[in-house]
Amino acid sequence: MIKPPSSFDTPLLIPRGWRMGLHYALVGLAAVLFLAPVFWMISSALKPDYEIFSTPPTWWPAQPRWQNFSQALTTLPFGRFALNTLIIAASVITGHLLSCSVIAYGFARLRAPGKGFFFVLMLSTLMLPYPVTMVPLFIIFARLDLVNSYIPLILPAFFGNAFYIFLLRQAFKQIPPDLEDAALIDGAGTVQILWNIILPLSRPALATVAIFTFQAAWNDFLAPLIFIHDQSKYTLMLGLSLFRGAYTINWAYLMASSLVITLPVIVLFFFTQREFIEGVGFTGTKV
Amino acid sequence: MRKREAILFYLTLTPWLVGFIAFTAGPMLLSLFASFTDWDLLRDPVWTGLANYQNLLNDPLFWQALNVTATYSLFYVPLDLAGGLLLAMLVRPRLPGMGIFRTIFYLPTVFSGVACVVVWLWMLNPNGGLVNLVLAQFGIVGPRWLQDPHTALVSLVMMSFWGWGRSMAIFLGGLLGIPGELYEAAAMDGANGWRQFRYVTLPLLSPTIFFNLVLSVISTFQTFTGAFVATNGGPLDSTLFLVLYIYRQAFELLHMGYAAALAWVLFVVILVLTLLVVRSQRFWVFYLGERADS
Repeated sequence: MIKPPSSFDTPLLIPRGWRMGLHYALVGLAAVLFLAPVFWMISSALKPDYEIFSTPPTWWPAQPRWQNFSQALTTLPFGRFALNTLIIAASVITGHLLSCSVIAYGFARLRAPGKGFFFVLMLSTLMLPYPVTMVPLFIIFARLDLVNSYIPLILPAFFGNAFYIFLLRQAFKQIPPDLEDAALIDGAGTVQILWNIILPLSRPALATVAIFTFQAAWNDFLAPLIFIHDQSKYTLMLGLSLFRGAYTINWAYLMASSLVITLPVIVLFFFTQREFIEGVGFTGTKV
Repeated sequence: MRKREAILFYLTLTPWLVGFIAFTAGPMLLSLFASFTDWDLLRDPVWTGLANYQNLLNDPLFWQALNVTATYSLFYVPLDLAGGLLLAMLVRPRLPGMGIFRTIFYLPTVFSGVACVVVWLWMLNPNGGLVNLVLAQFGIVGPRWLQDPHTALVSLVMMSFWGWGRSMAIFLGGLLGIPGELYEAAAMDGANGWRQFRYVTLPLLSPTIFFNLVLSVISTFQTFTGAFVATNGGPLDSTLFLVLYIYRQAFELLHMGYAAALAWVLFVVILVLTLLVVRSQRFWVFYLGERADS
């Protein structure tokens, strides 16, 4: 069913007739291209050894080998890696939620000389990617004897992150100030206002920060690669990358473990699509 | 009251300030110092003045790394912008099923990191990879993709279409912000599909394009995982990205001083490119209700 056009829907945006057919053909083609790797990943993960390189190729295994999954995941201590990754992700999420909401509150609500300067300075750190500071950070953490611990991965999160501060500031600014004025008259302090009014009203934005942080921590590779050296402390992504050292690659197992490792983020994505897509979209529009 | 508020602001800013000094400004200064030394972390640093920067200019691998990174960026960025915008335009209309397509296009960005690289390593495998198997159906013998120095970098660019969902999402946000009345007015004036796109959509979307451009340029200059996991810089250094080269100098060879110099060059390159894009705004970015240069 096509919904009745609103003020947004214009001749350009709602194609009709043969143009509509063309439109669906294009979207469909693009979707096939985007899904092909996922299809090939699942198909390969289920193939027995001899079918992986067989000629003629099989698009789908005749007898799917589900045991590939359990075997792939027991060749390495993936349970341990998953636990390590969860510890890091949970700590980083806690750090970002605590620090970014306090800092964002200041930027959203409090008036002070020099605020504009610090806001621009904070945003400009977005231009400073991790590879630029990774060498000195390694030197510092090596001097503190903290290499091969999770401290270098977790600690910075407790001191804010420019992107999430910005995101939360935008959300806080949309809350009508009358609510706080009323609370102020009732004698509430800043901490109470933040905790009882601002944060409960900003749940979607906080969820976005938590989701993005989780995804970033789950997928992070460069920082763990630099700082974590013991295999028992590896994250999932480091564990997955161990195939690089193997003499021959067992593609079925590699695809199976990649799928399982990505699954938590995929599941999270399906349940929180709005936060994902709108969170990303939102950052580009309102400055 | 005013003073109390200011004190409160700086109180809330304290965590960020401490973090900025400890994890950004401090390390940058340390890195600047290190770049003038010979430092392997086992012994104390030895001051060598500009030696690292002079060596860098004569280091063919540095130029190769800069060349690889710039070439990748030059192809990746326009494709990412055009692809993201195309996908956003495709899923924007309120037609049945568009929500599902939106999900499909965004899904691969969830696969970032090592898992994404691993999938493509297998997709592009000359034997048994889906890409060459499909080409074979049409009687085409596919290239060796990531294993051939001529096609390795092209392959990495090609793989990047899978990440268009991120810029699509940002463009979707931008498209939603364009008032529908403008299209109605354009239609009244007889502007059809292409003209509406050219004279309404593009100008009003230019702030979003600008934002995506900055994001895209910065992200290409930090490319690491793909090159490290899929090709390890090879074959024949054809995918030796700058960050991979910094990583090798710092953590495989323990040339901290030289790596710091390289990282400073990376920082300056990103800074200059970003400033260029920001300065170019006044020529092509149009803000509704205000002048771009005000």
